[in-house]
Amino acid sequence: SYCCRWGSSRSADPHVAIVGSGPAGFYTAQQIIKGHPTVRVDIYEKLPVPFGLVRFGVAPDHPEVKNCIHTFTQTAHRDRCSFIGNVQVGKDIKVADLQKAYTAVVLCHGSSNDRKLGIPGEDLPNVLSARSFVGWYNGLPEDVGLSVNLDCETAIVLGHGNVALDVARVLLTPIDILAKTDISDYSMDALSKSRIKKVVLVGRRGPLQVAFTIKELREMITLPKCRTVIDLLTLSSLNENIDELPRPRRRLTELLYNAAVNPPEKYTKIWNDATREWHLKFLRSPSEIVPTSSKEGPEAVKFIINMLEGDDDPLRRKAVPTDETDVIPCGLVLRSIGYKGVPLDETVPFDTSRGVIPNKKGRVDGFPGLYCSGWIAEGPVFVLAGAMNNAFATGKVVLEDLGSSKLSSENKGGKDAVLSALQQKGVKTVTFTDWEKIDQAEILLGEKAGKPREKIVSIKEMIRVASSE
Amino acid sequence: FCSSVPRLKKETVTLTFLMPDGERIETPAKVGDNLLDVVIENDVDIDGFGACEGTLACSTCHLILKPEHYAQLPEPPTDEELDMLDLAFDLQDTSRLGCQVVVTKNMEGWEVRVPAGVADAREPS
Ligand SMILES: Cc1cc2nc3c(=O)[nH]c(=O)nc-3n(C[C@H](O)[C@H](O)[C@H](O)COP(=O)(O)OP(=O)(O)OC[C@H]3O[C@@H](n4cnc5c(N)ncnc54)[C@H](O)[C@@H]3O)c2cc1C
Ligand code: FES
Repeated sequence: SYCCRWGSSRSADPHVAIVGSGPAGFYTAQQIIKGHPTVRVDIYEKLPVPFGLVRFGVAPDHPEVKNCIHTFTQTAHRDRCSFIGNVQVGKDIKVADLQKAYTAVVLCHGSSNDRKLGIPGEDLPNVLSARSFVGWYNGLPEDVGLSVNLDCETAIVLGHGNVALDVARVLLTPIDILAKTDISDYSMDALSKSRIKKVVLVGRRGPLQVAFTIKELREMITLPKCRTVIDLLTLSSLNENIDELPRPRRRLTELLYNAAVNPPEKYTKIWNDATREWHLKFLRSPSEIVPTSSKEGPEAVKFIINMLEGDDDPLRRKAVPTDETDVIPCGLVLRSIGYKGVPLDETVPFDTSRGVIPNKKGRVDGFPGLYCSGWIAEGPVFVLAGAMNNAFATGKVVLEDLGSSKLSSENKGGKDAVLSALQQKGVKTVTFTDWEKIDQAEILLGEKAGKPREKIVSIKEMIRVASSE
Repeated sequence: FCSSVPRLKKETVTLTFLMPDGERIETPAKVGDNLLDVVIENDVDIDGFGACEGTLACSTCHLILKPEHYAQLPEPPTDEELDMLDLAFDLQDTSRLGCQVVVTKNMEGWEVRVPAGVADAREPS
């Protein structure tokens, strides 16, 4: 049946290019290869190493989440799939040139920037974006040199999402636990000398509007040697309407409430011999980061206290400022108010305010043969499972269009055309087999240190290992 | 039949997976395996099922049981399972994570429903 549906001429087999090798890229590739008997899929990646935020975002103490790498590796081993690393699309090759060479192009390059607060003091040393801090402890080449000073007692994390909890957890986790993860060695060094005892997570809205999820919250509450301190005042008013919330929000709110007001013994037992603590504070918007007298870092963050207003649905209430203020002293500030996508080049339409490519079901408006999936299509709103679902949906749309004669595969040079153009430009590409050499080298380095891997963090060194025999 | 002879083959029951498109997939299931094992061992084709390989870190192995079957399971879900389930799309009172449900002898003929997708509930920012 495939023969009739797809035609049998091998010369016109469709070629699909995918930009980005994170979950969206790999799950889109998987769906397309599974649903078409002859299509070839090439995955272009900016870095010499694959897997996007699974390698460079997911926290080192969450190795289970990274198990999806096994499925990605299976996809990469299919003979109709190629990984082409160390190619920055937009710079080394334009999206329009990929479109000339391929039947279809799917953009899956994620959200590699973040939102700023726009307040005084934001550019001080030791006022960092959580995104860079994550990149730093995960060995992302561009963040390896980040200057992080942990010679202070209090860190403030601005934001109430899962990334905020991730960075707080990494700052507070006992060092012997981190030592067994694939955290990069220089950050391990810095964290082992850290004097941080207290991490304060501050959000602008209330406990019903937090964006983090219950698994991450429970992990914080049960973190060894760490006490949980949740703002009591704002929670006491919650008691009456908890029951009416949808189940996920209800369970999350119950956990917050119980940890604040009525903690069970299994929690207090951990908290009693704690040497560190984390605080969860609500209804505060940062207005200024106050520098120390020598301006070598922050001394405190000033906040405007908010109240919630509007909307019958308590989950959607907005924070509005009051006249009251608060000041919290600290020596490190991590801003964690959202990842943001950036356009690959000027040829692709882009919604700069949302940081996404405008699309309908994955099709880029007005650009036949151009698609997107994952964070760059929907914003940074989902975990892996969400990125996966979105990628499968986009993959199905691509398959539909491939089967509908909407797209032409005639005179498309595919990978060969692109590779020769890249070679002329002096771009050294990396294959999946090359990556597997890097992978092996990292695992070997890790064995010596008693950890699952020691990431190679210099692009030059990655390329060197990739080109070795 | 002599009870003193060790059984070479594990006991099996027959389960039916009700797919989102209405398809019914009947499959043998070994007693003692979990439902993720059953899906993998029998190549039941569910897109993206079991992304974290049974380590309670994803919710992609979400399955929905009939109320009368749910009530017969020997163990209720743990807090940690419920935490992950809360991120699942089409969450029902009788939802479970397949990797946490162990096949028992009394499951002969059970039907489990595969939900259509997964939720985008978690904002990592
Ligand atoms: C700090 C953090 C922790 C997280 N923890 C978890 C967790 O514990 N559990 C969970 O389920 N989810 C977690 N997530 C969410 C998960 O990582 C994302 O849902 C998922 O990675 C999004 O996939 P993506 O493919 O859209 O983007 P990405 O994973 O970002 O992949 C994009 C890829 O495109 C590449 N790229 C970018 N620009 C170019 C270019 N110009 N040319 C070529 N390639 C390019 C990038 O290098 C990258 O490899 C976490 C996210 C973050 C940020
Ligand atoms: S396979 Fe991930 S939770 Fe069951």
